[in-house]
Amino acid sequence: MTNLTDLTIGEATQKLANKEISSVELTKVHLVEMENARVLNAFITETPERALADAEKSDARRAKGETLGALDGIPIANKDLYCTKGIRTTAASKILSKFIPPYESTVSQKLIDAGTVMLGKVNTDQFAMGGSTMTSYFGTTKNPWNLDLVPGGSSGGSAAAVAAGLCMAATGSDTGGSIRQPASFCGITGIKPTYGRCSRYGIVAFASSLDQAGPMARSVADCALMLGVMAGYDEKDSTVANVPVPDFTKVLTGDIRGKKIGIPKEYRLDGLNQDVQATWDKGIQLLKDAGAEIVEVSLPHTKYALPVYYIVACAEASSNLSRYDGVRYTTRVEGKNLDELYENSRTDGFGDEVVRRILLGTFVLSAGFYDAYYTRAQRVRRLIYNDFMEVFKVVDALLVPAAPTPALSEAEMKTMKPIDIYAGDVFTTPASLAGVPSLSLPVGLSQNGLPIGLQVIGKHFDENTVFQVADVLEKAANFNQKPHHVKG
Amino acid sequence: MYTIKGKTTDWELVIGLEVHCEILSNAKVFSGASAVFGGEQNTHVSFIDAGFPGMLPKVNEKCIEQCVKTGLGLNARINKYSRFDRKNYFYADLPQGYQISQLYHPIVGEGFIEVTTSEGTRKIGVERLHLEQDAGKSIHDMSPTKTFIDLNRAGVGLMEIVSKPDMHSPEEAGEYLRQLRAIVRALGTCDGNMDEGSMRCDVNVSVRPVGETGFRTRTETKNVNSVRFVMHAIEVEANRQVEIYENGGTIKQETRLYDSDNGETRPMRGKENANDYRYFPDPDLLPVVLTDEYIENIRKNLPELPEAKKARYISELGLTPYDASVLTADREIAAYFETAAKGQDAKKVANWVMGDLFAYLNKECLPIAKSPVSAENLGALVGLIGNNTISGKIAKDVFQFMIETGKDPATIVEEKGLKQNTDTGAIEKIVDEVMAANPEQVAEIKAGKDKLKGWLVGQIMKASHGKANPALANQILNKKLGG
Repeated sequence: MTNLTDLTIGEATQKLANKEISSVELTKVHLVEMENARVLNAFITETPERALADAEKSDARRAKGETLGALDGIPIANKDLYCTKGIRTTAASKILSKFIPPYESTVSQKLIDAGTVMLGKVNTDQFAMGGSTMTSYFGTTKNPWNLDLVPGGSSGGSAAAVAAGLCMAATGSDTGGSIRQPASFCGITGIKPTYGRCSRYGIVAFASSLDQAGPMARSVADCALMLGVMAGYDEKDSTVANVPVPDFTKVLTGDIRGKKIGIPKEYRLDGLNQDVQATWDKGIQLLKDAGAEIVEVSLPHTKYALPVYYIVACAEASSNLSRYDGVRYTTRVEGKNLDELYENSRTDGFGDEVVRRILLGTFVLSAGFYDAYYTRAQRVRRLIYNDFMEVFKVVDALLVPAAPTPALSEAEMKTMKPIDIYAGDVFTTPASLAGVPSLSLPVGLSQNGLPIGLQVIGKHFDENTVFQVADVLEKAANFNQKPHHVKG
Repeated sequence: MYTIKGKTTDWELVIGLEVHCEILSNAKVFSGASAVFGGEQNTHVSFIDAGFPGMLPKVNEKCIEQCVKTGLGLNARINKYSRFDRKNYFYADLPQGYQISQLYHPIVGEGFIEVTTSEGTRKIGVERLHLEQDAGKSIHDMSPTKTFIDLNRAGVGLMEIVSKPDMHSPEEAGEYLRQLRAIVRALGTCDGNMDEGSMRCDVNVSVRPVGETGFRTRTETKNVNSVRFVMHAIEVEANRQVEIYENGGTIKQETRLYDSDNGETRPMRGKENANDYRYFPDPDLLPVVLTDEYIENIRKNLPELPEAKKARYISELGLTPYDASVLTADREIAAYFETAAKGQDAKKVANWVMGDLFAYLNKECLPIAKSPVSAENLGALVGLIGNNTISGKIAKDVFQFMIETGKDPATIVEEKGLKQNTDTGAIEKIVDEVMAANPEQVAEIKAGKDKLKGWLVGQIMKASHGKANPALANQILNKKLGG
């Protein structure tokens, strides 16, 4: 029998339907795996009792023939940015380390309603600020492919847990690449949907105009399945589009003949990592072989995406994080007066990277600097958006790398300057700023045996094409290597 | 023209008002929580108002409608595109760490309010009206060492209405504020109760020598909570500034507080460091886009505004401009008056409302809604005087009974037998008796001492227990004296 922790959701659902396994069994093997793999530090909070209770309910439903759909009984994990009612939600920070939300985020509620089994809350960079989980107050998550390496971030806990078989899928969130880059580092699949596709209600905000929830799983089809549950209109979030959510799995036909795939020349950076370049070339060839038409295109403002992203995201973050002030639900460090209480609580409660971004954001919004930074960044953001609009008049999707390198080591990253770490977001931030959907899937390995992902970027609300192209690429690449982390 | 006489020159005032009006709406502007005034502390609070992680604002359409209504009432341009911005600052009663407001694209643009003062009628410019959320309340006096926070008001919708620096006297500013209050009350967009804080006023004042153009440095006096205080605050602040200039000093641009106990303004403490609010568009909220159809629909359904009502009272009901102003200043008073005046002599009804009724309500501190005398009954009372059923004098007694019992005047007149006597024979008999009882006075009147006649009529009315028709009594007495 196949190892139950290696299944895709599709395979597991089949076995559940055939009564080959129960949800409780499926859940238990994952809980065991979770315990065995604690060295990974993927979870901040484990919820095994709740998981088993959820699984029992799922089995009871199934026994009565009342399943809630394709995700019923499937063990998943939530990024610790999603508020979960009655379960601690920390955003991997000290300041929220004791916060137990009295409400459930819309997206995690939809997953509950679909019958999923929640195993726990997974690690992330603090307030999703980082690309390694190294900024987490709860320590760095290890990459299951090599424990010296980081899993990427911010959704690094999600990526590591899915890759290592601790859960079948996990929620992530992506502001400037936080789903796609860790998916690439850990050899799994994740999609940042169109901005406005999923509700942000109940997800701890980093940068509101960029934050999007999305699924991370072991196949394109699993992501399509899960996004179908997570997406949809929510009257509690004004920025969610009131558009129908298609059945994303229906478009996985395997046929992309005649589709035009754009290769933006601006992404061909000088001195790009050779493994990444080789994987990209391989991806292009595989799509060509599948009958797609490859078109060289230009997104002329790409080089501005990184600075624009860090101005916009930090500006919004500086305001979004003002509420963590030591007055209400956060940790508090007393002071002689209100200002001191703020200073003490926030100094104690926020990590260095969070402080850095609050300061950056406060600076770019300050009188005298506002126009030079924030206003200009908003204008350039519009130009970047227009680049995508133009190019999508010609092509159906774009194919680009997810990250400029495979996973880096924690030791190396500790020596890097923040600005060099930020440069790792070079391929993911443009799609974030434009709000277009982008999926990252593993296409090859580096010479050192590390996974390398490519992004398929599509038009606004055209996740269908993204999934369709990614599905073909996934099958053609036949990426079936597994991490060989800690087992045994 | 209102000026302040200085030692060296005469000074004129430049006044602008920023008025915060709490929007009448069941729910707060960005959360579903109740916006009703009062309630136990921290009972009208949602997780959104309290700034919990991941909570998002959602604009309450009722508040948008109320802003558009008010904008139309201010003869203002309605902006079809408006947007929300965050005003960032830290304070314990501001849970999100920012106030959602509209700096760059307010929902309402320029308009005006027509204001009548002793110097005539002028249009005072309105610069803008924008929608924003209120903060909570910090309570410092419950403990010597702690501050308590009440978030009931946090997130309640406010309209901030900013005037142009168009006013030049305390009277004009007072009238502007009264008119504005009358307009929002008539529209039902704000209850206008300054004492409850649902209407608050910040006063911008500067002075300049008469004839000088351009503006000098202004001060902003915060949270002045009555029309009278606003007028007084302007007066004392302007005088303070004049005195400083006259002594060779300069005015500092600053925020001040009005102290109604001592009748002075003084600098607000703890606000020395200039705040940089770092306004930027709120990414959680979409722009508000209104259609012409939406705006026209609201315009069509606007109630009659005080200005139009006042004009109608003058032209159709024959009231004096003063009476018309008083009666239209409050929507409920106007409604009461119109009900009472239906089918009656409107001027007389106005006199009763503004005279006896107001005197009683003021004495008892009652709003007109709580008047024990209903509008219908007050109208009926005026009717009874008009058709000679009772005299004006008896009517005062009947009114007193109406206050005490709430009964209608006809019933009271019936029960107490107060009906006016118009029986010529009976009155003649009383006149004869009174004349017989006072022969000396009668003789003096006949000798030309006309003044005594009034006294004699008084005696007749007294003898009739006030019920004799005074005109009839006079007529009969004249005949008898002359005969």
